[in-house]
Amino acid sequence: MPDIAELLITIFIVLGGAFGLIGSFGLIKLRDTMQRLHGPTKAVTLGIGSVLIASMIYSYAIEGHFSFHEFLITLFMFLTAPITANFIAKAYITRKVAKRELPETGSDYGWSIYDDPPIVENEEQT
Amino acid sequence: MITAALIFAFACFGIGALFCLWRIILGPDSADRVLALDTMVINMIGTLVLYGIWQGTAVYFEASMLIAMVGFVSTVAYCRFILRGDIIE
Repeated sequence: MPDIAELLITIFIVLGGAFGLIGSFGLIKLRDTMQRLHGPTKAVTLGIGSVLIASMIYSYAIEGHFSFHEFLITLFMFLTAPITANFIAKAYITRKVAKRELPETGSDYGWSIYDDPPIVENEEQT
Repeated sequence: MITAALIFAFACFGIGALFCLWRIILGPDSADRVLALDTMVINMIGTLVLYGIWQGTAVYFEASMLIAMVGFVSTVAYCRFILRGDIIE
């Protein structure tokens, strides 16, 4: 294995581990649930992405061609992290935050967890 | 050099999983517990990928892909249950 590949793999693995540790530490350090959402959804996902880049470089250095499994996992993680964050935030708002504490949405419709969705006349459905 | 970095990253993700366990036990709200479980799943995916590098095989990518999918679905199911009191309506 060439030295530059080994150096790159080491750098990405250490970066990934550090980001994972920092993100998980934010889970016990930050005070509020809405603040605690930031650690795992951003820092830990970035750490996983870094580890997967290291794995891609490793398989390229060993076998000579890129493997796309890592790319699939990265894509899946980066697609699902915002969705889980949105769902957890909605669950927290439903349980802990009253409707009068929420700010105005600035549009015609209210918050989705308290108000019904807007009724749209579906003209294509005939 | 890679071995030392792997040991460092294993320790980081392991300590991160312990932090998640701390938040699961002490979490004041169920949203915190769901968040900590999701983070724990992500930490385990990282550990599996690192173990694949350590062993030099590509078997563990399928396992980590499956764990990522199951973790996402279970997180969404927990949140649906908190939100609506039911998972599939």
